[in-house]
Amino acid sequence: MNAPHLTRRDFIATFGGIVLSFTLVPKIVLGQDPARLPGSLQTNRTLDAWLRVNADGSVTVFTGKVELGQGIMTALAQIAAEELDVPLARVTMVAGDTGRTPNEGQTAGSQSIEQSGTALRLASAEVRAMLLDLAARKLGVAANMLKVTDGIINAPDGRKVGYGDLAAAANLKREATAKVPPKPAAQHTIVGKSVPRIDIPAKMTGGAAFVQDVRLPGMVHGRVVRPPRYGARLDSFDEARIKAMPGVIAVVRDGSFLGVVAQREEQAINARLVLMEFAKWSGGSELPDPAKMYEQLMSLRSEAKVIGDKNAPVPADAKVIEATYHRPYQAHAAIAPSCALAEFKDGKLTVWTHSQGVFPLRATISRALGLQPRDIRCIHAEGPGCYGHNGADDVAFDAAMLARAVNGRPVRLQWMRDDEFKWEPYGPAMTMKVKGAVAGGRVVDWVYDVWSQSHNMRPGDPDGINLLGSWYLADAKRPGPARHAAQPNGAGDRNAITLYDFPRQRTTHHLIMDNPVRTSALRTLGAYANVFAIESFMDELAAAAGIDPVAFRLAHIKDERERAVIEAVAKAAAWKPGEKGDGRRGRGIGYARYKTVATFNAVIAEVEVNRTTGIVRVPRIWASADAGQIINPDGLTNQIEGGIIQSMSWTLHEHVRFDRNGILSEDWMSYPILTMPDVPMVETVLIDRPNERSLGAGEAAQGPAAAAIANAFAAATGKRIRELPLTPERVKAALA
Amino acid sequence: MAISLKVNGATRSVDAEPDTPLLYVLRNDLELNGAKYGCAMTQCGACTVLVNGAARRSCVTPVGSIGDNEVTTLEGLGTLDKPHPLQKAFIDEQAAQCGYCASGMIMAAADLLNRNPQPQEADVRAALADNLCRCGTHNRIIRAVLRAAQQTGGL
Repeated sequence: MNAPHLTRRDFIATFGGIVLSFTLVPKIVLGQDPARLPGSLQTNRTLDAWLRVNADGSVTVFTGKVELGQGIMTALAQIAAEELDVPLARVTMVAGDTGRTPNEGQTAGSQSIEQSGTALRLASAEVRAMLLDLAARKLGVAANMLKVTDGIINAPDGRKVGYGDLAAAANLKREATAKVPPKPAAQHTIVGKSVPRIDIPAKMTGGAAFVQDVRLPGMVHGRVVRPPRYGARLDSFDEARIKAMPGVIAVVRDGSFLGVVAQREEQAINARLVLMEFAKWSGGSELPDPAKMYEQLMSLRSEAKVIGDKNAPVPADAKVIEATYHRPYQAHAAIAPSCALAEFKDGKLTVWTHSQGVFPLRATISRALGLQPRDIRCIHAEGPGCYGHNGADDVAFDAAMLARAVNGRPVRLQWMRDDEFKWEPYGPAMTMKVKGAVAGGRVVDWVYDVWSQSHNMRPGDPDGINLLGSWYLADAKRPGPARHAAQPNGAGDRNAITLYDFPRQRTTHHLIMDNPVRTSALRTLGAYANVFAIESFMDELAAAAGIDPVAFRLAHIKDERERAVIEAVAKAAAWKPGEKGDGRRGRGIGYARYKTVATFNAVIAEVEVNRTTGIVRVPRIWASADAGQIINPDGLTNQIEGGIIQSMSWTLHEHVRFDRNGILSEDWMSYPILTMPDVPMVETVLIDRPNERSLGAGEAAQGPAAAAIANAFAAATGKRIRELPLTPERVKAALA
Repeated sequence: MAISLKVNGATRSVDAEPDTPLLYVLRNDLELNGAKYGCAMTQCGACTVLVNGAARRSCVTPVGSIGDNEVTTLEGLGTLDKPHPLQKAFIDEQAAQCGYCASGMIMAAADLLNRNPQPQEADVRAALADNLCRCGTHNRIIRAVLRAAQQTGGL
């Protein structure tokens, strides 16, 4: 029983990749663990966890991943329809329900196609083969003589049997083998096509599409009241006054958690305002001094981890330069604040939530409220795009608190705009220090240090309760600790290791262990800031070496796919080697392979700088992307473009405002974002690789876009801004 | 108190205080999903509806102020089976990521096309300047509005 367990990768590493035929076999034979299955089949192993064939011939697909506006339901439906040979219209998706779907953890990190898509592709191919076998027996024809068209199995003699007729006989309760090969890409008719998104028509015509649109019988409305600053205690409030207000059903106080339930929504809003006016709070924590924020953060307790180390000697004649870059706290700033519904009935809690992870949410609510997980059901319903861990989980917990107080009545809790802006976990402020050296036109030394708070304070942590409201209960819960995350995903160090072929390279991640400002996962985690810094510095090194930025990058890349992406964007933008800015207008490039293992993306931006007002405009952006096999080209373009435009907003406008007493960003005036008149034209080139694995793409473009804009600014003006965002004040200071 | 108002061509009666923002009446009393809560401060445009054909932020419009005026929500423009040209254009252009801002965008665009049936791109950008989109779908939204204008030759 102690036979070595060799994975395919270990085997290649050990024996040089000579013989591969018995991969994993020794382990199965010995019966130690079940076979390793690809994607999320590994953790959700039965076929019926993923698929149900209905008597009417339709197919129900179950996935643990959820729609966040990224179009994933359509892409997954395409994959299942393709492998099953059924029309897309006959596929119904069920997503993110602890009572019905597989547990696939969080929908995050651009991993849904890789995890859920892989599982569905293999399960669908296997179910199709099973249905073919059943049909073969029924028709007395060899399975390989049968053809499937639109879910109907046809024998050569013209007889037919539909999937629906075989549904009852198909045993999907067994474990997937993952041994039925999926279709080769050349045979695809649904995958690889720009299929219209299945969720869009309802959203354009007023259908119930969002958690905000869920209406339950007897539903009442809740609101919560947050403290004036992090950690403050509730000393008193005017309960009698609130209870006398029209429509108020309950005032809920537990320690410093405070909320109200009313018959009508506007009554709950009015009650919240009066609660806020008369509540007395004390204590709470002081925030960093915004003027010295980065120094203060770097002086906090941190844990350093060297994540990359190559040690060729540095030539004596090398030219050494250094630079420090900063990225501020930035908000998810979903277009609507978070919302949830909860119902507590007969000791059981049901929550409707736009959480990115209904299973981790259930586990964490269970620990926070002392309920058994089996007595809690979390059901996903779409929210406005979240771009990471925003208030979705927190509002679900708050709704559960209110629902428990009005036993039996469902409560709808819509956070107000300031609840979301002031209490969501932001993308952390970060500092990146780089020292590099060039000799003979090549980078010969690269020392990279990044400081950041935690990028993952989501529910599901084994050592803490990561739900805002629970920290304010009389029996106060504690958040989990900051943790390093393994490469290549990383966290604050996501994309901190550059793929450029440098002979000497040392990368260190300093994880700040304290949380003076609440932070967690914002789209790309640290990749946005790391790519901004790395790619800005690449331009600084290129300038030091006197080489064109595009040529300089290509000189440090061997991988063909990496080169192809950079060459494609240079071609699309008609980049001229050695092109120069004119003091006002200029162009710049940014490139990265997301997480170093996912989508390849390059961006060229053109900027116009108004030297008087300090306003930076970006009239045009070009992008190229290689996401392996493309499932839905239009969906991929939409994600890349959206990522670029959101990144442009972060890069030019966004930072959370605060003073030592509390957060000051509370609405769209105090947290402005990019608006319609300033949105650039974006031209995206996709490189399809039908025979390569599909790669996550939802977060590929943010880092390269930020760097392209910063580099374009430097090209236009000859001055470099190393602190985000590129506000008019910073621009004017740089040009003074 | 009972308030009667005309919404999407029908007269409806609701029991609400006159100072109740129209948004909550539309969503909760009339169970219409089109107008969305976004900020309740007129900053984002998600709640935009038409009152007598002109864009209005329903989040700060007291229901008691509507009187005899006609309120139109996204549902009143068209349906899945019979979409309004703007709705059809938004679907054809796949002008959404999350789609939460879409209703407000479409209503603001309807206001624009009522005033200016053949807008230029700059007109569309200006008309939608106060409607926020967070997913970065702006270019598709602009294309959808221009497509609707082109296809109808004015509404």
